[in-house]
Amino acid sequence: MSLEFSADAQKKIAALCDRYPTKKPVVMAALHLAQKEHGHLSDDALRLVAATLDLPYAHVYGVATFYTMYKREPAGKTTIRMCTNISCMMRGGYEVLAAFEQKLGVKKGGTTSDKQFHLVEEECIAACANAPCAVVGTKYFLDLTPDQVGKVIAELEADPHPEGEVV
Amino acid sequence: MPTDRNTKLVSARFGNEEAKTLAGYEKTGGYATLRKALAMRPEDITNEVKASNLRGRGGAGFSTGTKWGFVPKDAKQVHLVCNADESEPGTCKDRELIYWDPHLLIEGMIISAHALKAVHNYIYIRGEMMREYAVLQKAVDEAYARGYLGKNILGTGLNIELTVHRGAGAYICGEETALLNSLEGLRGQPRLKPPFPAVKGLFGNPTIVNNVETLMNVPFIVVKGGAWFNGLGMGRSGGTRMLCVSGHVNKPGVFELPIGITFRELIDEVCGGVWKGRKVKAVIPGGVSMPPLDESELDVPIEFDALQTDERIKNVMVRPGQQFDLGGGRALKTMAGSGGVVVMDDTSNIPKYVWRIMKFFAHESCGQCTPCREGTGWLEKVARRVADGKGKPDDLELLASIAHGIAGNTICALGDAAAWPMLGFLTKFRPDFEAAVKTKNKDVAA
Ligand SMILES: Cc1cc2nc3c(=O)[nH]c(=O)nc-3n(C[C@H](O)[C@H](O)[C@H](O)COP(=O)(O)O)c2cc1C
Ligand code: SF4
Ligand code: FES
Repeated sequence: MSLEFSADAQKKIAALCDRYPTKKPVVMAALHLAQKEHGHLSDDALRLVAATLDLPYAHVYGVATFYTMYKREPAGKTTIRMCTNISCMMRGGYEVLAAFEQKLGVKKGGTTSDKQFHLVEEECIAACANAPCAVVGTKYFLDLTPDQVGKVIAELEADPHPEGEVV
Repeated sequence: MPTDRNTKLVSARFGNEEAKTLAGYEKTGGYATLRKALAMRPEDITNEVKASNLRGRGGAGFSTGTKWGFVPKDAKQVHLVCNADESEPGTCKDRELIYWDPHLLIEGMIISAHALKAVHNYIYIRGEMMREYAVLQKAVDEAYARGYLGKNILGTGLNIELTVHRGAGAYICGEETALLNSLEGLRGQPRLKPPFPAVKGLFGNPTIVNNVETLMNVPFIVVKGGAWFNGLGMGRSGGTRMLCVSGHVNKPGVFELPIGITFRELIDEVCGGVWKGRKVKAVIPGGVSMPPLDESELDVPIEFDALQTDERIKNVMVRPGQQFDLGGGRALKTMAGSGGVVVMDDTSNIPKYVWRIMKFFAHESCGQCTPCREGTGWLEKVARRVADGKGKPDDLELLASIAHGIAGNTICALGDAAAWPMLGFLTKFRPDFEAAVKTKNKDVAA
């Protein structure tokens, strides 16, 4: 099945191509857009990016598999990135992560069966002074405790903050 | 003489929602400096930056003016790239700086681009910083609409372009040559140096990579002069510094402070002391890549040179009796790094924290060099079993020899970034590791 970019994405990609001497540097933005529009980066989505930018498939594949935010498999709509790095760990980050696992009924890395939430154990998200913390799209949850996790999930159910919205 | 603690440059607009907009920024004096700078000769701006003793806030603390001076005079095309990839654990200033004052970064970049005669310039922002990306892109669009960016800016005949490039998750892209590869649309793997980016960088052209905070200081240097900026700091380090304090203190936070404040003053006077009435056990001085300090070393000023040379800081050892050699017999103490200060109280389980730091490096190694790829994996594995109470008596020696085998033997400094704290913690907290090997504690998470 061959995929396509929306007219809006095509416009964005074309505008970005003017910002660099060649099309190659646009591969990261195009992958972000493909992921937004097609949910994850299937082989077909990689082929779409390759064709759009006149790049070899192998090159696009190499880039897509290097960076952790690109998803090669379908995952939940809302990605919860919970930091457990040093500053967060020192103030209970692993306990908060465990609370997310328990409330969502998935292990870190997993997606809930309703495809709503994808839970990721994240490295430092540059909010260490408010540890432990999580980031979900454009929203930060700061100074978390395990007993706030239920409230965080309820809030995200009402306002899911999918990452695609900022591409 | 360092300045007083109320002097705020780059954080002056923190908390001011309106200042994020172009109109709000201009109302507080924004873009006035740009007009002055565009009327200056590029060399004169660089000379002020040299005189200011502004040093890179990204980690290495290299003199910004000196770095700018490395661009070959006859270069046809030069690029300025802002490193907004902030991901060194313990560091959380660039994110706040971009969020609260995106136009100050843009103004700093336009002025710096003029100084470097750079036309096509980029901000590489970490992929996970989606909120900050949205704020920054909006500000860039506003600056274009007002004629501060683009062709013939403010009628000066100068063309200065600025593009925001989003990353997609990879700590290593903070390393400047990995960042350049990523910007070119490649996997984010570091390049062998030399050539250094100032000579051959982005798209093969001379390129200056500077940190967010570094570039945000440039407008102040242009307005008030390099000598004034230098006077705010101490020794060969001009200006103020953003310090990010996290961990076991009563009031963690991101603070702009005079360069030269000591760790003890920072912890006790700025951050309300150690939490729960406890004492300090260890302090990471500038992101987890830097060797730690112990309680007896906290009266050292947080200044680039002091942290490398102050007699009160012990030398990092490979093993008892053998000093670590940075090259040519130079001892390693520690470095000011990224400004991320992590305070550990006296109940801290040091081996467990060290395991978490090693887990990070093992996860982030790009895999290009064998000592780093294999070594960081082994450091994590052995540190974990030590922390887990499953360590063997030889494990401390094993950790030391793995770390020693990585240091200095890799393409980029990530290898050192893993080795140095490993050796530093072993040097200063050896009894904690010895106790962990002897006792059975099984409280490592994950
Ligand atoms: C593994 C590694 C990660 C780095 N991460 C960052 C980073 O996130 N932000 C940053 O500004 N510099 C980072 N640096 C330092 C950059 O390579 C470079 O020295 C810096 O951006 C130069 O800017 P400055 O001179 O203004 O400090 C990193 C270095 C290494 C070795
Ligand atoms: S030191 Fe590590 S991160 Fe740096 S290039 Fe080598 S393998 Fe990659
Ligand atoms: S360690 Fe968790 S945000 Fe930095």
